[in-house]
Formats: sequence, C-alpha cells, structure tokens
Amino acid sequence: MKNHLHTLKGAVVLALGLAAASATAQAGGEQYFPLQSYRVGPYAAGGTGFFGGFIDYLQYVNLKEGGVNGVKLTWSECETEYVVEKGVECYERLKKGLNGAPAAATNPLSVGIAYATLERSTADKLPLITINHGRTDSTDGSVFPYVFPLQLNPYSEVSAIINYIGQKSGGLAKLKGKKIAVLYHGSPYGKETNPILELLSKKYGFQLVSLEVPHPGNEQQSQWLTIRQQKPDWVILRGWGVMNPVALKTAQKTGYPADHIIGNIWSNSEEDAAPAGAAAKGFISITTHPSGTQFPVLQGIKKTVLDAGKGNLADAKRFGTVYYNLGVVNGILNVEAVRLAQAKFGKKPLTGEQVRWGFEHLHFDDKRLKEVGALGLLQPLQLSCADHEGGGAVRFQQWDGQQWKVISPWVQADRKLLRPIIEDSSHKYAKEKGITPRDCSKES
Amino acid sequence: MFYQESGQFSTRYRQDGRALRLWQQRAALWALLALAFGLLPFIGNDYWFSAILIPFLVLSLAGLGLNLLTGYAGQLSLGSAAFMAVGAFASYKLQFLLPGLPLLLSFVAGGVVAAAVGVVFGLPSLRIKGFYLLVSTLAAQFFVEWLLTKFAWFSNGNESGVITAPPLLVAGHDFGSPAGRYLLTLSVVLPLFVLAANLVRSSLGRNWMAVRDMDTAAAVIGIPILRTKLLAFAISSFILGVAGSLWAFTYLGTVEPHGFDLSRSFQVLFIIILGGMGSILGNFLGAAFIVLLPIVLSILSGSLLSGVLPAGQLENLQKIIFGVLIILFLIKEPDGLARLWQGWRARARLWPLRF
Repeated sequence: MKNHLHTLKGAVVLALGLAAASATAQAGGEQYFPLQSYRVGPYAAGGTGFFGGFIDYLQYVNLKEGGVNGVKLTWSECETEYVVEKGVECYERLKKGLNGAPAAATNPLSVGIAYATLERSTADKLPLITINHGRTDSTDGSVFPYVFPLQLNPYSEVSAIINYIGQKSGGLAKLKGKKIAVLYHGSPYGKETNPILELLSKKYGFQLVSLEVPHPGNEQQSQWLTIRQQKPDWVILRGWGVMNPVALKTAQKTGYPADHIIGNIWSNSEEDAAPAGAAAKGFISITTHPSGTQFPVLQGIKKTVLDAGKGNLADAKRFGTVYYNLGVVNGILNVEAVRLAQAKFGKKPLTGEQVRWGFEHLHFDDKRLKEVGALGLLQPLQLSCADHEGGGAVRFQQWDGQQWKVISPWVQADRKLLRPIIEDSSHKYAKEKGITPRDCSKES
Repeated sequence: MFYQESGQFSTRYRQDGRALRLWQQRAALWALLALAFGLLPFIGNDYWFSAILIPFLVLSLAGLGLNLLTGYAGQLSLGSAAFMAVGAFASYKLQFLLPGLPLLLSFVAGGVVAAAVGVVFGLPSLRIKGFYLLVSTLAAQFFVEWLLTKFAWFSNGNESGVITAPPLLVAGHDFGSPAGRYLLTLSVVLPLFVLAANLVRSSLGRNWMAVRDMDTAAAVIGIPILRTKLLAFAISSFILGVAGSLWAFTYLGTVEPHGFDLSRSFQVLFIIILGGMGSILGNFLGAAFIVLLPIVLSILSGSLLSGVLPAGQLENLQKIIFGVLIILFLIKEPDGLARLWQGWRARARLWPLRF
C-alpha cells in the first residue's frame, strides 16, 4: 500500500511538473480551442462524430491555409462523458489556454454542461457555443452576451416543424382541425417545447396530443396504441437515443405510417434510424445540416486531412454522417468568428472577448457559403447583438432505408412569434440575477 | 516520537470530554484551519477552487451525511442523492417563495425539508433491515427524481427542470467569485462537521452504534429504536440536504433533477466505503480520493500518453485503473483510508524505533 501511494505521489509531482513546463513554453501565434469532448459513455456516438468533424475541420484549416491568416489553430481534449461536473472541471482546466495560446470559445455539446458553465463563461469572457441546443432564452444576446445557441434553438425547432406540416397541408390556414401528436422523452429536454406547441396549436387551431415516454423509452406500446386510437395526421418525435428506433418499430407494429412521423434535431442521425431496419423507411426528420460528402468543404477535408491519414474518426465510414457534419458546421462557424474578429482586432491570437465580437457579427450569405464550400450544408445566417441564434431554419430529410435524402429547401421558423416569449424569459432571468441588459442599439 | 501521548493528563472532566485530547492533534487542526481560511483563499486559483476544493468539500459533507446513517447507525441507504436533490430544490424554491430569505437560512431550510423527507423514507427501517432497506431507499431515489422532473412547480415553472442559483449574498457581501464560493462552502461545511463529530460521541451517537451492532440487544437495554433510527434518518438527510444545496448553489450554480441520479448515490456510498465507515475523518479522505484520482489520471494520460492511443481508449484505460485501484484498496484495507491513517499515526508514535 505504501508503495502504491509513493507511485501516486510521484505521479502527481510529475503531472504538476509537466503542467508547469508546458505553461512556460510560449508558443505564440496560435489560437486555442478547448474541447470538452465525450468519447465514452452512453452518448459517445454523438461525441465522437461531432468532435471528429470539428477537429478535422480545424486540421483542414491548418493544413490548407496554414491557420487563420497565419495564426495556427490548436486544440486539446478533455473527456466529460457528458457528465456535468466533469465538464465543469474540464472547463476550468482548459479555459486559460494552451502553451500561451488563448482560448477562443467553448463548445461542450451538452445542455447540462452548458447550463453549468453559462455564468462562468460570462465571468471569464469566453464565448459558450451551444449549436442547435442550449438555453432557448440565451438567444437574447443583450442579456446573455457570451452565449450563442447558433443556428437553431429548441423553440425555433418546433415552430419550423409546424410550418413544414402547414406547407404539406397546403398552407398554415389548413392546419385548423388537424390533429398533431407529439411523443416526447420524459426529461427536461423532452418537455422543454411543450408550451410552445400549445401556443402554436391555439394560434393555428390544430389539436395537440401530448404523449410522454419515460426514459429510456424502450417500451412504447401504450403510447402508440393511443396514437392508433386518436389517429393524428402527424406525429412529432422528440426522442433521444434508444427511444427513436423503438418508436419507429412500434409505429410499424401498430400500423402508423413512418412517413408521417417527423423526428426532431436529436432524432435525426443515422444512429437513430438505422437500428429500426425496414420500419424506419420513409421516416422524416429535420436537420440543420444534411449528411453527405458531396459538399466542397467535405471533399477538401477528405483530400487534405483524411487521405493524408490525419483524420480524427476511428471509423472512417462515419465521414459525412449527421453528427460528423454538425462538427464540421460548428468548425466553420467558430473559424469564421475568429476570422471576422481578426479583421477588427488584428491578425494575431485573440482573447475570448474579441472572438465574441466575431460571433456576434457572423454573417453567411450564399456568396460566403460558396467561398467556404458549404452551400446547402450550412444555412444562411446573420447574428447580431440581440440575436445570437441567427438562422432558425431547418431542412427536412427522409430515410430511404440506407441513408438520409434531403426532401425540402430551408424551412424557416416563425421567429417573430417566438421572440417575445424568449425576451420574457431572458428578462426574467436578468431580473433574478440582477443583470442590466446591454443596449444593443449602441453596440457596433 | 512525533506523537507522544506521555505527560498529557486530563485533570478536569471538561478536558476529558474533548474530541481531540492530544495537543498535537489540536495544533494540527488549527494549522489546517489557518491554511484553509487564511492561506488558500489567497494562493489558490480558479481551477483549484471550482474544480477541486469546492466539490471536495461538498462531497465530504455528503459523505458525512451518509456516514452518520450507514457507518454509525448501520442503516444502509442508496437514496443519498435523492435527499441532496430535495435539499437543493427546497432551498431554491424557498428563496423564491420568501424573497429576502437569507442565503444561509435557505440552506438550513433546505436541510430541514430534506430531513422531513428522510424521516418518511426512514419509516420502513423499523420493519426491514439490510439489503431490503437498501431497496426501499432506492425507491426514494427514483421517486424524488421523477417527482422533480414531472412537476415544473419545483423548478418554478421552468419546463426544462433546471434551476439556477440566486446571487450568493451573505450579509451584503457577494460570495460569487471562486474564492468566495470556496469560503462560503467551507464556512457551511465546517460547523456541520464539528456538530457531527460531537454528535457521534453523545448519547445519541452511542445509541446509533448500539443499534448498528445489534438492534435487538439495543432494544433490550432500553434504547428507543424508533426514535434512534428516525433521528439517524433525519439528521443524515439534513446534512445531505445542505450538501445538495451547496452542490447546486456554490459548486455548479445550476442543477437539474438528473444531476442527482443513482450514480451520485453510488458516488457518496463509495466515499464512505473508501474513506472508512464510522469515521469522521474518513469522509474527507474518501472525498479527496473520489475527486482527485480521476483528475490526476486524466491529466497524466493527457500529457504522457496523448498521441500514443486514441482519446477514447485513454478514457477507458483511466476507468480500468480507477476500478483496479478501488478493488486493491478494498482487499488491502477494507476499513478504508481512515484506518490507514490510524496505522500511520500509531507508527509515528514509535518512530524512529521499529515495532
């Protein structure tokens, strides 16, 4: 036992020594991305794909362009396992930067970790990127200056789905009298959008049937029997993990057509549809970023990074899947923010506060999307001081039994309708915390 | 040699009743307190406060709560996280219902609510024992988590069930900075430890140990079993509830019901198994082990092995090492780290002589 503790003590001394040594070695000229990744645990499928894509894109920028305007990108990983405390520990460990390279932004890809580091990020002046998820009211950048739920927040997500159903039915007016069921995961995540769905059902006059599936959701017989009795026109699936394939299989068993089930943003990956086998054929889901490898930026990554043996994915077959492409999209947005901030603050490694300015001025139109090779992969979006979401549009894709096929152009959420609800919530938060919202008209 | 007891006599009953009877122990305690209050707040950095010291203190307190129930009173429980959750959500809700409620008082109130819930779930302990009691506390674990998720009332109508901490103001001072949160945590944790250390030496503590060792015998000599067991549940849950409030308010700043799931209960259980059942010091040792070891392993593997193995494999390797260490520990020292400490103390008495 004594020897044991000696080794442990030696190890600690060694670790501290190494940390000190690395802190003194100034690299300079580098911009650092702290990665709170998760590669083990129940959500590893999402983590490996997302961080694989993110890292490959950063690598691609380094190899192809020598970094952003000559400033090399660097990163290191810290495993969170999607556990909140581990994420907080990783955040505190990595926020100071690496070898003198300052941190640009954190991208935890976990609602829990995002909530726990939200106030810390604000205090440390380090942007917190929660792409496609996160706290809905952080869309209001006047109250949450350092938090960015880029592209799509949960409210926009359901609003866009309802708009799509409206389009399919021949206009939103036709929604009146229709019946829409929502099958949601019995967790905070699953329930978050229920008030918005109720609001929309009142506004458009459709009948809403809400059905909860207790976690983890591997038994859904009774819910689907209810659906069979009620005969809704559409079923919205707000699933997570194993709940998704089980929903599709049970739907088939109870005779509900898969092509009238619409999966949300966490029910839209290959890993959600493929395990259901033939039952998934025809299943529709939303996505902010189609899967596929045909986009020029992915071809570039393949040529420069993957073919050179520098790819991050352990399983090369996952190149171009939904999670991987989300990582690439996230990389594009982060790098673009650094690029924009460099245009204002100079071509050097930037602080989190400066990169935040870049995020707030993100602007992708079709021309810029073409330049980065992501036309069709990333939606056109423009952020501002008040709007930290930017896009709010999704495309719809359908599972053909083997892969996802995109079946719609960008469908926009009704963001005007949602904005007052978001502001109510953010102002309530500001009041609870004693924050005075920024005056966005005075921001440049 | 360093730990001479000779020449230290108790001449008064008061002296005989002290928790620490040797001057070496008292000096070490004062030195530690001076370090914790006087030095650490000035030399520590954000990382040490937020990622190591605060979770260490809060988990020590949670360990203490369970240790009173399991280590001293002998009632097995897997519901620790549930009582922590009750404490956290009750403090939060009371802050909202009674605006202006002082922060420290809301911690206490959270603890009181947790104690009440603990008594309810402790009732079966009067009829069932051992593993069967474990299962009934497991019910508390699942029930509380479900309840807090199901009814948004507990999180103030926030459908997502997430609560965030109010500003940490005590008597007008803002303890929101990392060093401030550390000091606040320390100032809440320490008095509870002092209280518990004295409690286990009181008649109640002795009753607990009698019940633990054999409750029939305890009943025969006139110890009121009902009262003793329920008080164990109440006091244990009170401490766990305060630990839960601290976890939510000073450590993470936010919490969702899922943050207090079964694995948290297991974590607290490991703390007392590794640290030492029926030991006050053991809670600190166990918590330090649970908090520090994964971090040391992760930093080590990140700096020594990065590039050699894929990142995912490294993480699994750490889990293996952690598991092996725990097994080794349990084989070599089933009484936990506190027992090891006692062994060293015994040696320090004789050093430099050998046994």
